[in-house]
Amino acid sequence: MPLWTWTGLKAGKAATRWPQSGPDGQEGVLGMPRLDIAACRSGCDLCVESCPTQAIHQVDGEPVIDYGRCIVCQRCVEECPEGAMQSSYDWAFGVRQRSDLIWSAALESAEAADLRKRIAASQRRSLHIRHVDAGSCNACESEISALDNPFYNLHRLGIFFTPSPRFADLLMVTGPVTAPMHDVLLATWEAMPEPRSVMATGTCAVSGAPMDEGYAGGSGLEGILPVDIWLPGCPPNPAALIHALLLLVERMPQKVTGGQYAQ
Amino acid sequence: MNMHSPMNNCSIRSVTAGQLAAVAQECLDQQMRFLMAWHDWEGQQCVVRYLLSQKDNPEFVLLELRGTDTIPSLAALVPLLGWYEREMQDLGGLHFTGHPEPFPLIIHEGFSIPQPPLGINGSSGHLSGLYQPPTMPEVQGDQVQDLYWGPVRADVVETGEFHYSYIGEAILHYHPRLFFKHRGMEARFAGQDAQRSVYLAERVSGVGSACHALAYCQAVENAWGIEVPPRAQLLRVILVELERLYNHFHYFGQLSKTTTLKVGAATGFLMEEKVKQLAGELTGSRYLRSLLRVGGLRRDLQAEHLAHALEPIIDEGEAYLDRLQQTATHLDRLMGTGVLSPSAAFDQGATGPVARASGLDRDLRRDHPYAAYHKLRFNVPVRQKGDAMARSDVRGEALREAIALLVQASGRLKAGPVHAEFDVPGGAQQGLGWAETPRGTLIYAVRIEDGRLQRVKIKSPSFSNWRVFPLTVHGTNMMDYAINEASFGLTIAGCDR
Repeated sequence: MPLWTWTGLKAGKAATRWPQSGPDGQEGVLGMPRLDIAACRSGCDLCVESCPTQAIHQVDGEPVIDYGRCIVCQRCVEECPEGAMQSSYDWAFGVRQRSDLIWSAALESAEAADLRKRIAASQRRSLHIRHVDAGSCNACESEISALDNPFYNLHRLGIFFTPSPRFADLLMVTGPVTAPMHDVLLATWEAMPEPRSVMATGTCAVSGAPMDEGYAGGSGLEGILPVDIWLPGCPPNPAALIHALLLLVERMPQKVTGGQYAQ
Repeated sequence: MNMHSPMNNCSIRSVTAGQLAAVAQECLDQQMRFLMAWHDWEGQQCVVRYLLSQKDNPEFVLLELRGTDTIPSLAALVPLLGWYEREMQDLGGLHFTGHPEPFPLIIHEGFSIPQPPLGINGSSGHLSGLYQPPTMPEVQGDQVQDLYWGPVRADVVETGEFHYSYIGEAILHYHPRLFFKHRGMEARFAGQDAQRSVYLAERVSGVGSACHALAYCQAVENAWGIEVPPRAQLLRVILVELERLYNHFHYFGQLSKTTTLKVGAATGFLMEEKVKQLAGELTGSRYLRSLLRVGGLRRDLQAEHLAHALEPIIDEGEAYLDRLQQTATHLDRLMGTGVLSPSAAFDQGATGPVARASGLDRDLRRDHPYAAYHKLRFNVPVRQKGDAMARSDVRGEALREAIALLVQASGRLKAGPVHAEFDVPGGAQQGLGWAETPRGTLIYAVRIEDGRLQRVKIKSPSFSNWRVFPLTVHGTNMMDYAINEASFGLTIAGCDR
């Protein structure tokens, strides 16, 4: 009969110390494509055409990207003849304002001013999450569950999943919000004590894309619940999830402003 | 109508509504097995198709029933068709006479839709309504209690609502209500460019992204007669076997979690993570997405040294499976739990490891070879007992076979193109594509006109196994429920679509 405890102890620590130090585990994992506006040829709309989720539009001859609709399929990168769309490892895309997911040439961020200090301070070292699947493809659940595996070991950061919404600080929603899940989702949110936060987790929950429209789609959380963190990604990887959680409790800075990724 | 073109890999037999039951019985007598049924509207004509596999013959059999939307139900004769018929009623507006369970399946009580979204006039309007608890058969008795568990349940899980009638520990009746997550995936394909829609297939069931993309691409390649180059065929095997590997490690993590083997659970989930990290490094996507395209792969992969990269995973994986196999407390909980008899598995349409654990020796990779499987050697593990132990044994061996296939396939890679050049044909075509996913048979049937998809039918393995699962719960006990569920390894997204 194997001695499981001994085997476990012998194996030693598997957990990374990221984000303090150590690997984030996402070596080679592609993120949202980056736009090099200087390389973009005016009037060409191949990226707009190539995008299956209409995340790219053209305004005055230049592309405007809504990363809240991006499913990281990399098609625009393949189609752009000028190399203006580039593959990147930008996946830590959690933001507080939905508008920060829209690429903007003129960057001016004054949003940091009104951070909700009191709430964040009370949850900084201990956050309890209730997850609700509002119609996902299960890739988001797969990555959220991975947070509890020995590599990411979410507990080390003082963040826990709780079975009951009564004990939850954060509602983590995946999926575009299908019709049968609409009331169920609201009931879960109402069962949570205040102060309570909401994270739109994955591109479906941010904008519905590509599961919006149709007879049984949804458009994500906009207009349904007050969202504190928007995290696109298809699915967002575990390190992107951790970044977004730590962003919520003000332990990591936001990386993306005006659709642009901080170096 | 002459717009229908024959589907490859199938011998097609036209039947009338009057002949249907007799023909179905004849097929069963010849040891054929029904795989799925779906409807289509070709012009204004309703077509219902039944797909069957033959014993020891890679060619499928397709029964076609044209010109009526009122059809005698086969559910009493072929129980697994019950759900397909109910789905066609809900979404296609068809009528099945004499159905033993004539209730809606996809559309919940309290919900409605202006017109059937896969009906004669196509989709318009949106599903709407208010949540209502399901009407359940009344179970009466002194001590009987009813438990509605869900749709939001403990832990990070997919949405579903489970109803139990029980006395103390003993479960009298169990009913899962699914389809909260129904996203209308099949309708999403309609009207889309067939080459561009791989991304939709990848998002039907996230942990089956590679297999869904493969089955979809193969269906379109089948319709268009495209020959995929050998290097791409081997790389496709590598992608789907990596998917199998991380899914099976997850399975053992989850199973150990339910038998409260903490280190066993942690090890399984850590192994899953290692495979996903390897997948991320190799392909840029932990879920092996954005790689497959119609005709091959979107870009080449440097997978020649995969065997070397897999070495630590092979060693740790072997040791892990051995330890589980020697842990009496774990095995005790699996033996005799959730027994599925071979006849129930056959009649109700069990698939994949669940079917193979109940003595049904079927594997699409061997019986209907695709990609490069005909060039590779592998065993198909089968057990007879049909309990959680047998299901776990089959998965364990399948995990080892997946590793062996990865090593073989990467060792046989030769330089060459990774996609075929082709012109999109005009006119109408139909195609069938399939893959043996970690959970069993996945089939895509497509009908294309001038490069655009007209109808896509997805038969997912979890749709089959969710139908079977409750049969192993009735009459068992609460303590075993979670273990039994984990031993099936189901997903809900694939089932709900």
